[in-house]
Amino acid sequence: MEKPSLRTRILKFFHRHNNAKVFGILSPCIFWIGIFFLLPLVIMAIYSFLERGLYGGVNWVFTWEHYPRFISPIYLKILLRTFRLSFMATIALLLIGYPMAYKIARAPKRWRSILLFLVILPFWTSDLIRTYAWMLILRDTGLINNVLQFLHIIKEPIPLLYNEGAILLGLIYVYLPFMVLPLYASIEKLDPSLLEAAEDLGATPLWRFLKVTVPLTKSGILAGSLLVFIPSVGVYVVSDLLGGAKAMMIGNLVKLQFGMARNWPFGSAASFVLMTVVLFAVFAYLKFAGGKEALEEVR
Amino acid sequence: MRIAKYFNPLTWFTCLCYFFLYIPLCVLTVFSFNDSRFSVVWKGFTWDWYVKLVKDPQIIDCLYNSIVIALAAMVLSTIIGTLTAYGLYRYRFRGKMIFDGILFLPIVTPEIVVGISLLIFYTSILQMQLGLYTVIIAHTAFDIPFVMLIVRARLQGMDRALEEAAMDLGADELTTFFKVTIPQLMPGIIAAALLAFTLSFDDFVITFFVAGIGSTTLPLKIYSMVKLGVSPKINALSALIILFSMILITVADRLQRRAA
Repeated sequence: MEKPSLRTRILKFFHRHNNAKVFGILSPCIFWIGIFFLLPLVIMAIYSFLERGLYGGVNWVFTWEHYPRFISPIYLKILLRTFRLSFMATIALLLIGYPMAYKIARAPKRWRSILLFLVILPFWTSDLIRTYAWMLILRDTGLINNVLQFLHIIKEPIPLLYNEGAILLGLIYVYLPFMVLPLYASIEKLDPSLLEAAEDLGATPLWRFLKVTVPLTKSGILAGSLLVFIPSVGVYVVSDLLGGAKAMMIGNLVKLQFGMARNWPFGSAASFVLMTVVLFAVFAYLKFAGGKEALEEVR
Repeated sequence: MRIAKYFNPLTWFTCLCYFFLYIPLCVLTVFSFNDSRFSVVWKGFTWDWYVKLVKDPQIIDCLYNSIVIALAAMVLSTIIGTLTAYGLYRYRFRGKMIFDGILFLPIVTPEIVVGISLLIFYTSILQMQLGLYTVIIAHTAFDIPFVMLIVRARLQGMDRALEEAAMDLGADELTTFFKVTIPQLMPGIIAAALLAFTLSFDDFVITFFVAGIGSTTLPLKIYSMVKLGVSPKINALSALIILFSMILITVADRLQRRAA
């Protein structure tokens, strides 16, 4: 009798040991994400408890000193600005994104896919370039100032760039698709007959919206808010290009510590604070929106 | 009745939102053809900025780096992500929920956190020289979850009966995987690969921290040009990148919709 080939023997081995097979299939992913994503995060957390080295880097001596610094007025201001702007962007995007998603979901079928695609397109394109485009519009010699001067409405250019308002506008612009897509998904699933029923039973349009539409699309509202709030808190490009040095956010503080300030442990601590906020937001979301299905909604 | 339909405030509002989404990109593109060095006032049409772009050896170097990095990250993440999607779809095992949750993490972690944690890891722990490899490794890591999600969506819409039929007819698991499962998944896999390429090609923040001196990519180049001052050359380069990304995304979208 012929000896079974290596291939058959390997297949037989895996057939008997199902766990080994699953592990084999998943191991490249476990390896890559484990070594090049999770492990660096752990090391970063450790770094945030070490003493600062002279030329960047660290001395391997344990210290708490970096965390209390966040309570000092300069850094507290940055933290508060980050949360304020992210919160405002989330609320503004709910107000803009909901009607928009509603309209797309209720549009005629042949229109729906093209409208949706026009939201997906910016979702995948470079936010660096999309933010830069606003610099062209907002700067002193930019489009708005030029047009206003041309029309003799203003004499001197008004400073539109490098303030919190510009950051807020940038956040709203860059993250609009992140809000619309999950909202669309949940509004599309909404059964119109429920709305008709509410109407037949005498509900006014506003009451019907608040008591039927909103509760039934809660998962989309929560998912959209999460998908906007998290990247806003961690944003770097938008606040760097539109806010400049006068309106820093946490992301810019982290960058500064790894650039000119050369304080890696403090930068790691700031980054760790950011990560904690993100994880907290995800857990809060899972708790409110209810576990696994909620996770699916975000995807 | 008809007139009322056109004056629906919701319709107008939605139109405005689409204008808001696309006007800045149109402005960018229009001014990339403007025959003026400093102003956004229209001074006439010119191809000059595009010609200057193509003749700039630095830009060509960056383009080369960007393509090499995006291609390598695309191939690696597509293979790993597809395998992972298959494993998670096909088998049950303990800790699957945790595994799922961990794969969700790279998507929600702020890019700046990923960037600096990798910078620490590469330079202090591994003592690696920053270069093309370090960027490829980083991009592969953040591409994997996206590929996994897209391929998995495809798997969930797949007809399981075909796999079972192949097995019943005597094909072993490996043959079934390569001859039945993979061909069926192909549109999803290609879509995922294109999006992984786009993500990697467009990435700025993570690349900023893990790229070395000889591995500047196009987004890094754009950023440093922007910091030096707005120039029509940036507009031209940005317009080209946007156009290129949009083509890839359109193809990926078509593939995902086909028979999904």
